[in-house]
Amino acid sequence: MKLLKLIFRNTGRHKLRSSLTILGLAIAVMAFSVIRYSIDAWYSGVAASSPNRLITRNAISIIFTLPLSYRDKIARIDGVTGVSWAQWFGGIYVDAKNFFPQIAVDKDTFFDMYPEYIVPTDEMKAFLSERNAALVGRKLADRFGWSVGDPIRLTGTIYPGEWDFVIRGIYTGAKETTDETQWFFRYDYLDERMRKETPVRAGQVGWFIIWINDPSQAAIISEKIDRLFDNSMAETKTETEEAFNLSFVSMASSIIIGLRIISILVIGIILLVLANTMAMTARERVPEYAVMKTLGFRPVHIVGLIFGESLFIAILGGLLGIVITLFPVMPLVRTALGHFFPTFPLSVVTLILGMSSAIVVGFLAAVFPTFKAVKTPIVDGLRVID
Amino acid sequence: MAETLVKLEDVSKSYWRDSIEIPVLHHINLEILTGEFVALMGPSGSGKTTLLNLIAGIDRPSQGRVIFEHEDLSTLSEGDLARWRSRHIGFVFQFYNLMPVLTAFENVELPLLLTKLSRAERHKQVETALAIVGLADRMKHYPNQLSGGQEQRVAIARAIVTDPDLILADEPTGDLDKQSAEEIMDLLAQLNKDFGKTITMVTHDPRAAEHARVIHRLDKGELETA
Amino acid sequence: MHLLFGYSYKNIIARKLTSLFSMLGVALVVFVFAAVLMLSHGLEQTLVDTGSDDNVIVIRRASQTEVQSILPRDIANIVKADPAIAHDTAGAPIFTNEILVLINQPKRNSNEPSNVPVRGVTPMSLKVRPTVNIVEGRMWHEGTSEIIAGAKVAKTFQGCGLGETVRFGMRDWTVVGIFEAEGSGFESELWGDVNQLMDAFGRPVFSSLTMQLKAPGDFEAMKARLEQDPRLTVEVHREKEYYAEQARITTTFINILGTVISIVFSLGAIVGAMITMYTTVAHRTREIGTLRALGFTRSTVLLTFLAESVLMSFTGGVIGIFLASFLRFFEVSTTNWDTFAELAFSFEVSPSIIIGSLIFAVVMGIAGGFLPAVQASRLRIVDALRAKG
Repeated sequence: MKLLKLIFRNTGRHKLRSSLTILGLAIAVMAFSVIRYSIDAWYSGVAASSPNRLITRNAISIIFTLPLSYRDKIARIDGVTGVSWAQWFGGIYVDAKNFFPQIAVDKDTFFDMYPEYIVPTDEMKAFLSERNAALVGRKLADRFGWSVGDPIRLTGTIYPGEWDFVIRGIYTGAKETTDETQWFFRYDYLDERMRKETPVRAGQVGWFIIWINDPSQAAIISEKIDRLFDNSMAETKTETEEAFNLSFVSMASSIIIGLRIISILVIGIILLVLANTMAMTARERVPEYAVMKTLGFRPVHIVGLIFGESLFIAILGGLLGIVITLFPVMPLVRTALGHFFPTFPLSVVTLILGMSSAIVVGFLAAVFPTFKAVKTPIVDGLRVID
Repeated sequence: MAETLVKLEDVSKSYWRDSIEIPVLHHINLEILTGEFVALMGPSGSGKTTLLNLIAGIDRPSQGRVIFEHEDLSTLSEGDLARWRSRHIGFVFQFYNLMPVLTAFENVELPLLLTKLSRAERHKQVETALAIVGLADRMKHYPNQLSGGQEQRVAIARAIVTDPDLILADEPTGDLDKQSAEEIMDLLAQLNKDFGKTITMVTHDPRAAEHARVIHRLDKGELETA
Repeated sequence: MHLLFGYSYKNIIARKLTSLFSMLGVALVVFVFAAVLMLSHGLEQTLVDTGSDDNVIVIRRASQTEVQSILPRDIANIVKADPAIAHDTAGAPIFTNEILVLINQPKRNSNEPSNVPVRGVTPMSLKVRPTVNIVEGRMWHEGTSEIIAGAKVAKTFQGCGLGETVRFGMRDWTVVGIFEAEGSGFESELWGDVNQLMDAFGRPVFSSLTMQLKAPGDFEAMKARLEQDPRLTVEVHREKEYYAEQARITTTFINILGTVISIVFSLGAIVGAMITMYTTVAHRTREIGTLRALGFTRSTVLLTFLAESVLMSFTGGVIGIFLASFLRFFEVSTTNWDTFAELAFSFEVSPSIIIGSLIFAVVMGIAGGFLPAVQASRLRIVDALRAKG
């Protein structure tokens, strides 16, 4: 395109206006990427699921428990190669605002089910030998400045009373998506105290984790497990870990829909900003376009000039947006929202989407001024001196 | 006997302003011969710029025909008219109308971008045109770095660079001081005499008109040939 | 000044397209801003309306929510005997012991499951909560597997409409009535006979005790008495305060998210207003010179341009609020993270939201218009008069 030079030079003509527009676009692309990124974060638990794990919980809802005695019955089912269990604790550390997940787990089997939680051997040994030991995630430990050996007290909400623990290990994640914000402690510690204080609540677990070697058998095995406990006091619901995690995400579906709508609105705002700039630009250049038409340039050339400039600004804005997203904004978001969302994978798709929406905006913003510029008769265009 | 380049047959033109018809030109008949240097004179509002615009094909008559080398312009579409202008017409404006973001060289090159000429050929033609107008040493300058007279010379170079059949000039000296105006008129006269260019010029400056070989006077939309 | 205001207004009209774009930009930002405020206000309002000033709720100490609370019958009996509790004409204490659990039930539109709160209630529960009204069908009969459904649950969840059945705890429960409760959180619940539900869930303990006070002023004394009773491990709350606290995480989340998004959006709108105003100033340089030559001061010129920007953003703000007010017709149903239960609520406007949004719009106008206005006021008269255009 021979007119490329003219497009570049025109963009540099109103430096302040072009820079402001590019800045506006960059902010929008950044906001768009961050919102999309937060949506991805909601789903991060789903992404971390293993196809080899099934979760069995009470059919009524997650707040109901299952008898620990189900373990042996589940273990006998064909295709099941391992069973472990866990229970949600829901304690408060100093203040209710300091929320983090605390899970009572079976000390012997749980970590075999989750090879992605990496615990140093000596720390694992300490965990196994001390009843009130806790293993915490790296991010959680960093958040509160804990280190191995720290005594920590939690106040129970579901399990009344004060609970004293000692941190005996810090685990790290094998993958980027591994959740490093959890607090694991021994189920036998919980159960022992229940047995003493409220015996009816002893021997109860929140959910079973079942390992299967062949993920293609997941549906059949789930069906078999649930059939076992049909018409018992505690009917079960078994699903893949992915479906289990997804059911928590879907509870927030309204918020996710809201975020998606907002991410589209932000593009709408920036469309208005760029369209405004292009409308003003085209308006000022009416006499120039008339001169070019007098020289024999056809509407297609004028269209090219306006679209070219609009796209050029849009692309610069999009690129700047991606740069500021990657550099100063992302680390900020990670620190600010780190404990709301366990893991933060930034997908390339998000950045590509941000960039393409900038390009679409560049395209749309040029449409209206183009109509005007092409339709203005040369004679009228030459007469305007503004 | 020179050939007829442009022929206006019974051309009238009116504008509409808020549903009121404003007649500008009345039944004009005019012939411009190849090689002529024509001046269109008249007071403001007499319709001389409108007449020039009709010849340039950037405006269409309300009635009558404009014929250029046996071709009726009213039969051409907007796109065809644009292509026709790029081949046959060079236009010089009162306020030069150079692209402020382009250098003198690039401004002159602009109409050549519509042709299929190679980059080297374009450069040769631009250099020739700028040499003719005497600005070979100002090629890299931007319009705001040039004086009014220089800007108008760049505009003339832009008008001749495609080697058009007809150069149209609308008050080419209207925005210039006396000396610059004189230089521009000398340049146009030289283009007519030495290069055989047909030129039609609108002006209300009698001194400028002296350079022309034929003078037509317009008054209230009627033509009287002197 | 009046004359110059007219001048600003006419200039906005003269540049229709550009003014429209900037106004719409502000309108969109104000729309989002107001929508977020309306959402969190709607959520708070729903929960505040759930509680009553005259009522007291008792849960187990440190349990935070009814779902996590466990109160054995002997504790219920001690609390029921408290002298601050009002009595009805028949001489019975206006007191109800309830159980609250969550059941996982699929939604009608998406088939995705969410947690529905099921409340086991007593006949006295309706006296404790006079806002609850059965609008269709009838109350459940004691000793049967019948339930009544809040109007919002009935609409949102499968099996919860009148005449339909929900299965949980090895039984099919028939919905025999639909109740409304002035839009409060109860409309998101299923209500059944507390004894039947305790049986079905195999849970022989209550979740909460709710009672009416003889006089609201008795609260502090009652709270001290019950919380210090060595036989009890309970917390005593005013019902209104208790429910208002039940969306702390969720409202905090909405507010943080909303504030961040509004700030980022407003940057976009400010940039838009700035572009428009800078261009306006550039185009009107000669006019500014003329005004100054006529004797208008720098500050008048500054105020004129600022007024133009503010007028535009204010109009945008009004458009944004107008559009946002239609959101009242939409209902949102989402999980309340504090209770883990699905809660339906709507967008609610309040005078402070309207005023806040307009102030926000005006601030955007000032932020966007200030620098260009300063530039306009700083122009030298002689230069300005010589400018093109």
